Amino acid sequence: MSHGDGKISGSAWVYGDNVDTDVIIPARYLTTSDPARLAPHCMEDIDASFASSVRPGDVIVAGANFGCGSSREHAPIAIKASGVSCVIAPSYARIFYRNAINIGLPILECAEVSSPGAVSRGDALEVDIAGGSIKNLTNGREFTASPAPEFMSELLDAGGLVPYVRRRLGCAG
Amino acid sequence: MTAPKDNPGGGMTLAEAIIASHTADSVAPGAVCRTRVDFAFANDITGPPAIEEFRRMGAVRVFDPERCAIIPDHFTPNKDIASAEGAKRAREFAREQGMKYWEVGRVGVEHAFIPETGNALPGEIIIGADSHTCTYGALGALGTGMGQTDLAAVWALGETWLRVPETLRVILRGAPSRWVGGKDLIIHLIGVIGVEGARYMSIEFHGDAAASLPQDDRFTMSNMAIEAGAKCGLFVPDETTMTYASARGTRDFTPVYPGEGARYARTVEIDASSVEPTVALPHLPGNARRARDCAHLEIDQVFIGSCTNGRSRDIEIAADMLAGRTVHERVRLIVIPASYEVYNEALERGWLRIFSEAGAAVCTPTCGPCMGGHLGILAAGERAVSTSNRNFVGRMGHKESEIILASPAVAAASAILGRVADPREVSGDTRPS
Repeated sequence: MSHGDGKISGSAWVYGDNVDTDVIIPARYLTTSDPARLAPHCMEDIDASFASSVRPGDVIVAGANFGCGSSREHAPIAIKASGVSCVIAPSYARIFYRNAINIGLPILECAEVSSPGAVSRGDALEVDIAGGSIKNLTNGREFTASPAPEFMSELLDAGGLVPYVRRRLGCAG
Repeated sequence: MTAPKDNPGGGMTLAEAIIASHTADSVAPGAVCRTRVDFAFANDITGPPAIEEFRRMGAVRVFDPERCAIIPDHFTPNKDIASAEGAKRAREFAREQGMKYWEVGRVGVEHAFIPETGNALPGEIIIGADSHTCTYGALGALGTGMGQTDLAAVWALGETWLRVPETLRVILRGAPSRWVGGKDLIIHLIGVIGVEGARYMSIEFHGDAAASLPQDDRFTMSNMAIEAGAKCGLFVPDETTMTYASARGTRDFTPVYPGEGARYARTVEIDASSVEPTVALPHLPGNARRARDCAHLEIDQVFIGSCTNGRSRDIEIAADMLAGRTVHERVRLIVIPASYEVYNEALERGWLRIFSEAGAAVCTPTCGPCMGGHLGILAAGERAVSTSNRNFVGRMGHKESEIILASPAVAAASAILGRVADPREVSGDTRPS
């Protein structure tokens, strides 16, 4: 859930290294980009319980190179539509990183979260997305995410890429 | 053009030099530059949502219809009603904008078709809403994949932002042996550096083995740069590049070269003469093994095609291997030339007859089963050898199916023997010890 102060809290869904976009949302569902139709299939090939059990505010905690593979923007769209409030991983594949920023899915870079014992499935997390602080309320450990690159913050401040282009094209709103 | 900040007077890597030729910003690794884009395209999956984003941006016309395209190659000829509706939206938008569009029956798999039709040229920046846009690095073009929102922004503005990548220099030395080509070399390399070994980086290929590689093998290697996490995988333009590009170019182009003293974040040397026919076992492209060490793995299906290995040289190698031989009775062999140029050459040179007589199914150009679209989906428990680029869980069908990535020579030999095979086992020359 969101606390309205930039902090979110939710349960952790923990995955390993190299979670690829084919398992985040398999190609057989790519005949649509409707978030509501993608969400029920999110992660289904590596975690059949995810889509039916994830709750709004929950957090995906993963290993390195999250989102590798295809350029499908359907992947961050499916994650966001499933209710996940943010993803935390040591590193992201570059296309996924751009796509997540562009559609407004917060992603935090943090090396420690994937170390053994840092976060287990179901742990209660509290995350300050803007400040980058991550608290594991279950085991009491705290982590700090790397700050977002300056240009990314600017893009996020503009409301994402769509409003940025609208402004460049001289469109209202 | 500005010299790298941290290397005044020094040369630029090829990626830095290409970006510098397209921006007014200062170019140095890590810097973010607003760059001009020479060509920008989507396919039938990424096109429809890109069109929606384009409209949401308030854009009315693409920046230059001659430099924007939609390539209907993934779910085409359309596999179901939903994909037909998507392709229809893409087609109507392309017509409305007057942008480049080719219909089923003429179009090919995007990363084979775009360079073949002279729409990706040395020195250019090419943005595609498809991760394998890095294929054009084989022509010394900075091709890189993005999502549909980024692509829509390029269609609207004719520019994008790029973070200048650090460069990994890969020096390929020695003469590869007869059955070793670009596919074996790139799987071997990813096995060495790992699937995130070049994350965010540009790979720049050098060395006598790189220089000796035919253009089609270079496309295969650049195509899979993304499987090491790279932004692009670049070959330095040479006579092979210029012969290919000059015969096909649809617009003027200026090749760009790395400078003397360019700074490389890392250099990896590969002795290409010692690389053997190599496969990638499930479920990562970096899970490299010698094909001959995998002979115990029986298979159900072989796919020869895709943007990685569906070009003329690939299909010729497969046909040579299959001539006078038959596909193992347990195996389904699916061959899909990646474009009509390739298909027609296969027709004229008798390769299609060889495949047909060997017991293979030959389909017209499409991405087909590569990403689990259609024309060869795997059931639970099935194992395939595929010349495509990804062997992720569920990529080609059921999540309990397996994909082994391989060259056309390994794939054809495997189809004949019904298991993973080293081409030398079939060809009879120099059996593996």
